[in-house]
Amino acid sequence: MTALTQTLGRAGGVNLLPVFIAVIAFVLIGAPSSWITLTVAGLAMGMMLFLMASGLSLVFGLMDVLNFGHSAFVSFGAFISATVLAGLGGWLTADSWALNSMALIAAYLAAITFGLIAGWFFETVIIKPVYRDHLRQILITIGAMIVAEQTILAFWGGTPFSVARPAFLEGSWIIGDVSIEIYRAFAFALGAAVFVMLYLVLNRTRIGLLIRAGVEDREMVEALGFRVDRLFIGVFMLGSALAALGGAMWAGYETLITPHMGADLMIVVFIVVIIGGLGSIEGTLLGAVLVGLMSNYVGFLAPKLALASNMILMVAILLWRPNGLRPAVK
Amino acid sequence: MSLLSIRNMKTSIGQYAVLHDVTFDVPEGGVFVLLGRNGAGKTTTLRSIMGLWSPSPGSVTFRGQDITGMHTADIARLGIAYVPENMGIFGTLTVDENLILATANGKFDKARLARIHELFPALERFRDKQAWSLSGGQKQMLSVARAIIEPRSLILIDEPTKGLAPSIVAAMAEAFREISRTTTILLVEQNFNFAKSLGRDMAVIDDGRVAHAGTMADFAADLDLQDRLLSLSV
Ligand SMILES: Nc1ncnc2c1ncn2[C@@H]1O[C@H](COP(=O)(O)OP(=O)(O)O)[C@@H](O)[C@H]1O
Ligand SMILES: [Mg+2]
Repeated sequence: MTALTQTLGRAGGVNLLPVFIAVIAFVLIGAPSSWITLTVAGLAMGMMLFLMASGLSLVFGLMDVLNFGHSAFVSFGAFISATVLAGLGGWLTADSWALNSMALIAAYLAAITFGLIAGWFFETVIIKPVYRDHLRQILITIGAMIVAEQTILAFWGGTPFSVARPAFLEGSWIIGDVSIEIYRAFAFALGAAVFVMLYLVLNRTRIGLLIRAGVEDREMVEALGFRVDRLFIGVFMLGSALAALGGAMWAGYETLITPHMGADLMIVVFIVVIIGGLGSIEGTLLGAVLVGLMSNYVGFLAPKLALASNMILMVAILLWRPNGLRPAVK
Repeated sequence: MSLLSIRNMKTSIGQYAVLHDVTFDVPEGGVFVLLGRNGAGKTTTLRSIMGLWSPSPGSVTFRGQDITGMHTADIARLGIAYVPENMGIFGTLTVDENLILATANGKFDKARLARIHELFPALERFRDKQAWSLSGGQKQMLSVARAIIEPRSLILIDEPTKGLAPSIVAAMAEAFREISRTTTILLVEQNFNFAKSLGRDMAVIDDGRVAHAGTMADFAADLDLQDRLLSLSV
């Protein structure tokens, strides 16, 4: 038994969990082509959830701040990018790869810029006065989320808003009897690229070292002479921008968005952060991939259980590891 | 002029008044020992100096500058290092990362690092290990090393010998002796023999007040006073 545990540990330990779930799903689903389609969809969803969740996880890890308003950045990112894409409709449908991608880049940059500015404003005006007070954090950030949702309702109306996709991301690759939606492959690749960038910043730079140390013990980092509160504003802005980017990508994935999309996603995002272990982006990625795969497999096998399956996954993991799979503190 | 002056410090944690009246002076150079029974308020005193609790009313003066109410990070930047009771090690960081974090510009001063490795050879041997995997004594060494990786004027050290094996305690005493040649140490200690061998000046805190202050030589000679201020039978 211990030999088995050790072998598993060397092979990747909890990182093998998604593989494990994928194998079980393969057996249950039976048809390899459906399984591949679902796995790609799950990985794409996982990467988008990762973008939405990573900021939340770091923000909690670094300053113990519970931000229930995080979903506002997701929703605004979605609506702002969708509006930019609608405005650049000509570029999107043009038979030019360059124009297509420029429209998409413009839309994503708009969402990211919004996330940075709104994140700065949110941190300075709403979060700063309630550091160290969880109850007031919950109340005030839920309040902010409601205000944000109503603002979206006021600007974009309540009817579902349809999202244009650049032509080069439309359609599927067909390989044999397997079909892979191009947009999903793209979402996976972009999310993975952002993860690698974040990973390198956290593990190869001095700022990253300060953030990792601050997640473990903020007071000690301050006692070494660093202003964690100033670092925190930067992390908050980055987290908000990533959430907005995640929302923008999600909009293209769903193609129809509503003002409460952020709030709907937030339950899943919280599950991701809790499963992964607060404060660690490796944990967040692992949680996001697990939830993405689980949602798609269960959505196919037993559609009625889709949301419940994530709750069950969370409870099971917390019973096994109360601090999540890869908590940032040892 | 003393290096650090604490005047009428009355620190409350939440609604609990912990320090009622703490006043003492730490002269420049050597080891100043702060003694006192468990729960007397020694840790709270160090945390108040670092700005981790707010020492109000009361004042803390460092090199003539009033540092009361300053941010912890700014206090640290004046050249005060803190080795907390729980050591404050970053467990997921490697030994070297723990040290490099404490440097001012992210680079090791070769000579200082060599001196630290001479004092604590384990820190060289395990430089790439994650710090959570170190033994208690090695963690304590890392915490002290982190405090001296940059030149400092004053180091606050909270009960560094707690739970350590006698051989490691001896190594720690040697290290403190060496460090105190260039840096003032304010040492909180329960192990009286350890404290006695290092301290020049001292104070005793009892129930949130300074109950006695003087030289270590005088205090070590006065068994009655020791019994009254440090014994557990009160
Ligand atoms: N975080 C805290 N909250 C409430 N009371 C505390 C806290 N920290 C310390 N105290 C109380 O303050 C008193 C002094 O504690 P401390 O300074 O840690 O003593 P010492 O370091 O001398 O053992 C104790 O009675 C302790 O219970
Ligand atoms: Mg103490």
